Amino acid sequence: MDDLIADFVAECREMLEALGGEIVAWEAAPDDRARLDSIFRFVHTVKGNCGFFEFPRLEGLSHAAEDALADVRAGRRQADGPLVSAVLGIIDRIGEMVAAIEAGEDMPAGDDSALIGALAPGAEAAAGPAVAAAAEGQKASAAPRTIRLSVELLDRVMSTVSDMVLARNELARRLRETQTDVSVDGAFERLSAIIAEMRDAITRTRMQRIENLFVGLPRMVRDLSADLGKQVLVDIEGGDVELDREMIEMIRDPLTHIIRNAVDHGIETPAERLKTGKREIGLLCVSARQSGNQILIDIQDDGRGIDGRKLVEKAIAGGVVDKSDAAQMSAREQLALIFEAGLSTAKQVTAISGRGVGMDVVRSNVERIGGIVEVDSRPGEGTRMTLRVPLTLTIIPALTVSIGNQHFAIPRSAIEEIVRANGESVTLEHVGGAGIATIRGRRVPEVSLATVLGLESLINEKDRTLVVLRPAGGDVYALSVDRIHDHEELVVKPAAPAVMNTGLYAGTTLADDGSPILLFDAAGLAEVGGVKLEVQERASRVAQGPSAAASTATEVLLFRGLDGSRRALRLAVVDRIEEVPASAVKAAAGQLRVQLGEAILPLAGLRGEQVGDATVRLFRLSDGVHELAYAFAEVIAFAAIEHDVIHADCEGEVSGVALINGEPAELIDVHWLFAHHVGASVRSTQQLVCRLPMDDPWMQNMLRPIVEAAGYLVIGREDEGEADLVIAAQGAEAASETAKRTIWLRTEPESASKKDGSIYRYDRAGLLMALKSAGSGRGK
Amino acid sequence: MNELLLVVTIAGERVALPAALVESVVELDTLIPVPRAAPHVAGLSALRSRVMTVIDCMRSLELGSSACSDGIREAAVVELDGHHYALIVDLVEDVVEAASEPAPVRAAMGSGWERASQGMVETEAGPLLLIDPAALIAGAEAKAA
Repeated sequence: MDDLIADFVAECREMLEALGGEIVAWEAAPDDRARLDSIFRFVHTVKGNCGFFEFPRLEGLSHAAEDALADVRAGRRQADGPLVSAVLGIIDRIGEMVAAIEAGEDMPAGDDSALIGALAPGAEAAAGPAVAAAAEGQKASAAPRTIRLSVELLDRVMSTVSDMVLARNELARRLRETQTDVSVDGAFERLSAIIAEMRDAITRTRMQRIENLFVGLPRMVRDLSADLGKQVLVDIEGGDVELDREMIEMIRDPLTHIIRNAVDHGIETPAERLKTGKREIGLLCVSARQSGNQILIDIQDDGRGIDGRKLVEKAIAGGVVDKSDAAQMSAREQLALIFEAGLSTAKQVTAISGRGVGMDVVRSNVERIGGIVEVDSRPGEGTRMTLRVPLTLTIIPALTVSIGNQHFAIPRSAIEEIVRANGESVTLEHVGGAGIATIRGRRVPEVSLATVLGLESLINEKDRTLVVLRPAGGDVYALSVDRIHDHEELVVKPAAPAVMNTGLYAGTTLADDGSPILLFDAAGLAEVGGVKLEVQERASRVAQGPSAAASTATEVLLFRGLDGSRRALRLAVVDRIEEVPASAVKAAAGQLRVQLGEAILPLAGLRGEQVGDATVRLFRLSDGVHELAYAFAEVIAFAAIEHDVIHADCEGEVSGVALINGEPAELIDVHWLFAHHVGASVRSTQQLVCRLPMDDPWMQNMLRPIVEAAGYLVIGREDEGEADLVIAAQGAEAASETAKRTIWLRTEPESASKKDGSIYRYDRAGLLMALKSAGSGRGK
Repeated sequence: MNELLLVVTIAGERVALPAALVESVVELDTLIPVPRAAPHVAGLSALRSRVMTVIDCMRSLELGSSACSDGIREAAVVELDGHHYALIVDLVEDVVEAASEPAPVRAAMGSGWERASQGMVETEAGPLLLIDPAALIAGAEAKAA
């Protein structure tokens, strides 16, 4: 019996959570049958179950709500504000009771008759607040079948898988050291593949759609704005982004708090809004998106914004900052003051927020999971808060670098680009002992890793490599390292407190050779390296203008093709990188093509290699008008061509070879790619029209493909429209309408008279020439 | 049943570690330094695909530093708050039974010993100073903070 009750409680809780958003959406659109149905289903389920369990009060409440909703469903009643509020009241009461049952306590005291009475048509109830919710994607869909597992068990599985990856790496090293036969290698490869797949699966097990976090927001905003007499429209985007389940729980409170603040302090009352020329309904946008290995959650309102100067005054009054310090604060630093304990710009303390506890707690909560909160605001225009949360704490793509003999790892998400210190687009200067690197006209502070770490560098300063880093939320700086090694997916574990205290590291990991590697924290490095980010920001902008034109180096994207060769592509032509299932690649109309959403693009980069894998990664190239896909295996790095290019002798996909990052790489000739794959098949925007006799089988079957390949739209004699060209057999009656040009075809190689201008029908060259000249004549 | 103690030598002195806290005794070969970490953090080492933080006990006790460069070092592995630490010692001798509860040492000791010791215990191998591994891991700076 207890088990059954526990299941009932769990079911109710899940439905309640999902329902919060539904009800508000239903209020905005009372005709929405799907939402009505899902609410009806909830009360119906509760009613059915509590009859069985003998919870008479629950039964009474759900029964009353069910009756009222059934009337609406049958069209006997209209859903209006009072009804929605009454149903909400009942659902809240049900929630309280369910919580009490779960805790094993007595039912909360209170009389339900008032709630039930409010359901009656025409009952005097507090008018529902005017809230519109534009929550997208909240379809009333049946939930997939699920089971419950403890997080602890999942964690154990996950850490075992992490250990397994490390053990695999160690085994790989041992195998490399000893002579093994091919069958062992083959078996090991299979094992590796399985482990990789398992790691992927277990990572996804821990992931949850952020929708679960967002689903309650419309309801919360509705209640809040009703209390405050405001009107707020909630817009939610990106609910399908996935996040570690634990993270979702950890950011629930900070997110709630930020939204409360936005509704309470940010968005003005309707009267105030009208006065300042805004729409009376405030807009609150909550969106989530993935960027590298971070999830960015934006909470943006169009309210009154935050006044940085007021914050500074408060901070001085509260003794948080010195007057002298305050005078030097940048705008961003001023706004960042809201995260200091004990500061609030609210004029009065309300029940909802404004007690000055909160934003500091928000920040510490977010930082505890390795995240960052940023604030950006314009007085009068609104505020944007951004939560940056690490996607997962355990597996991080990273770049390994070295100083002397020691290896370190840098999270790939923080890396902007990699340049050589002696490259032609880079100059290194020292100003008062501090390093400044000028990269393509942009001045960035240079931090020598060897100096920061107090290690001996084996390489002359000029020969080092600069890794340009942009820490999450910070400004760029260049880190000089001795050598760049490899991109790897590293299983990162937290390091001991004694190591973390340095502020430089984000964790530890094991390299393939079994030795420990420290993973840097890009922001920590900047801080220990003494980089002043705010000051730099402005200085770099000044330097940018005049010198930008001086840069001559070509930026390229270095990648490995599907055939394993190192290739490079000019960065500017790469629109974006896409990943598609192998099934989207098909040979059609004489060449490989790939389907990307609605578009079908020609596909290059494959030369008969099998597309066996589940997915294919593609560069999407664009020349501004046409697009082309180029398949590749992996991106190696961003680089610049600093050495001479040795041009290829023959025309083709590869225009030449150049040394990039010390190794030769083939340069892709993008012009050739477009000319080869797109040029012929493209129809010009104003298509040429050619009229062919429809009843002539030779013309239709043999000639038509040639004409179409030349870019003509073929129409028949009876079709309407003006033709640019008419092709007819010699001797046939002359076309009734005048065309700009007519080609006469004869069946005999020798023409009867020199002057008739006809073409022998198998004179392919002559035909193509005639087609071409007819087409070019059009432009004149 | 009395508490078992692991008898080790640190800086030439025989001391005892609670054996229940020691997971294993290992020989460290490779040591990856951690730049800018506290001086008593000798570096990182890997044990069965686990990363251990290696603590130089002599430094931690402000008794100079162990020579880490000469290859293999013996170390006792302990776990604290989910992290594994390897405590470098001169020598691991034996496991003995404690014959008494730890008693305060009334004679003046070096400040490092003072901080790390939990008292003196009687054993069949004579009186030994009982050392708290957590204090070794915290190092000399923990007190100042």
